[in-house]
Amino acid sequence: MTIASLLAKKGPKVVTVQPEQTIRQALALLAEHNIGALVVVDPESRPIGILSERDVVRAAVRDEAVFTKTVSALMTRDVILGVPQDDLESVGRTMTDKRIRHLPVVDQRRLVGIISIGDVVKAQRDLYRGEVENLQMELTEEHGRPTAR
Amino acid sequence: MTRPGTEAQPLRVAIVGAGPAGFYATDQLFRTPGLVVEVDMYDRVPTPYGLVRAGVAPDHQKIKAVTAAFDKVAANPAFRFFGGVELGRHLSVDDLRAHYHMVLYTTGAQTDRRMGIPGEDLQRSHAATEFVAWYNGHPDYRDLTFDLSQERAAVVGVGNVAADVARILSRTPEELAATDIADYALEALSASRIREVYVLGRRGPAQAAFTNPEVRELGELAGADVSAQPEEVEPDELTRQALERAPDRATQKKIEIIKEYARRTPTGKPRRLVMRFLVSPVELRDDGTGAVGGMRLVKNRLYATATGTLQPKATDQVEDLPVGLVFRSVGYRGVPVPGVPFNDDWGVILNAKGRVLDPQTKHPLVGQYTAGWIKRGPTGVIGTNKPDAAETVAGMIEDLARDIHLRPADPSPAAVERLIRERQPQYLSYQDWLRLDEIETRRGRETGKPRVKFTRVKDMLAALGRA
Repeated sequence: MTIASLLAKKGPKVVTVQPEQTIRQALALLAEHNIGALVVVDPESRPIGILSERDVVRAAVRDEAVFTKTVSALMTRDVILGVPQDDLESVGRTMTDKRIRHLPVVDQRRLVGIISIGDVVKAQRDLYRGEVENLQMELTEEHGRPTAR
Repeated sequence: MTRPGTEAQPLRVAIVGAGPAGFYATDQLFRTPGLVVEVDMYDRVPTPYGLVRAGVAPDHQKIKAVTAAFDKVAANPAFRFFGGVELGRHLSVDDLRAHYHMVLYTTGAQTDRRMGIPGEDLQRSHAATEFVAWYNGHPDYRDLTFDLSQERAAVVGVGNVAADVARILSRTPEELAATDIADYALEALSASRIREVYVLGRRGPAQAAFTNPEVRELGELAGADVSAQPEEVEPDELTRQALERAPDRATQKKIEIIKEYARRTPTGKPRRLVMRFLVSPVELRDDGTGAVGGMRLVKNRLYATATGTLQPKATDQVEDLPVGLVFRSVGYRGVPVPGVPFNDDWGVILNAKGRVLDPQTKHPLVGQYTAGWIKRGPTGVIGTNKPDAAETVAGMIEDLARDIHLRPADPSPAAVERLIRERQPQYLSYQDWLRLDEIETRRGRETGKPRVKFTRVKDMLAALGRA
């Protein structure tokens, strides 16, 4: 299973922010959309960084004037990007190993979505549930209709 | 005004598509505590069950047994089925909006993905999905023809559909005769001259999508010797590293099974099933008559993407495969539903967790939902549609509690039934289907099969005395 199927039912909405916007504006977006991270994009809408609530928390501990700083001052620039054809399993493993909570997904350098570790875990859980459901049905069939093949 | 969902005004729901997603959603609605709900289910073919009837292979009857659970759902007096009624032909989205509080689209993924290579449209190059629908007796596909006088066939892809097609091509007439395969398909496959079936994967055995039981079945065929090439089944360095980092017993087992195939020597069975890995078709060659005369393959190497997924990259090594028949099985794709927003990137209805979205505002459209493959794309097994449908139904219930639903002019069951009788008088009810089911299984008992299917709409109507 690829991560395209996670994006398919997430809708096309990716909340983005520009590097020169302030942290105050960024926090307003996080609150408004009830999310944990924003993708920072250049004028061509290509991802150049990610700003997570943790980035802001860490900076706030050091400096109380964090609200007026720019997004580019706090964002993480070294971002791992996914592509729609990436396998759910390897994405889950990489996010767990590298402790990444959000993965922007690009197609031909165009930002097409973002998935969270929660999305990945839920998709894996649903896959397992589906397999269990199938096995239960087959067992019921074996016991319920002994003559059927 | 009373809110729908009560005895005074039951919640009226239309479900478009009678496959697993539609039935799981119906079940979920009926199980919602305190909700009084009535479901009308539509399908463009006269019979229910979607891909369980028309997709699941005829030699996999155990999987088809899920229909017993669907019949239980359908036995609820608040359920009606309208088979042979097509959205966009007999009814429009506006017709549904005029009669229901909520509409749920569960139309599945009706077409296949293309390979995008020269020669793909030559004769004897087919979508595996069409072959599958044909041997399963789908009325829209029963009249297709496949040239089984060829000696070599290739199945492109290593998912479960590819495994089904390779298996059906390799089965003996005796094996097939004990299934509910369509009678014309049994006849054609019994006369088949195919001696070699190639199954082609672009990555290695570890990355192949088919499940271990399916791989194992390929090694247990009565009339075909399975083989693989040792150098293609040995995991490469990147695969070994990935498996060391995250050991996965199922994948290890899959590699072991396929490596064992590579060690086998032919036992003289009439057919050969050849599994190939790390190869991609780059061209289908014309035999001079507009039909497939061969396939050019390029050998691949794996590389890791930023997230660690191993993907194929073409090398400069090519190889020609002398096949005369090709089935592509590189994925399904959804087809837009007339009047419903579509997300072309993913081939699904534009949605967020099952709520259909307005393409301009990206906000949910009132009273329109989706579930199953047309919601998330073609992934998972039949049972995966249960949690998927549950997610959508949870959204429907949440919206209902906030009084968000359509305000139909006439939500009475009788009104919409009148409309359908007018537009498609030949529709089939669930009662009609149960009678057909009884006739099909009776005909099967007489011939030692699970059932003998009706494959023409007019035969179904005749059997019901309505021709």
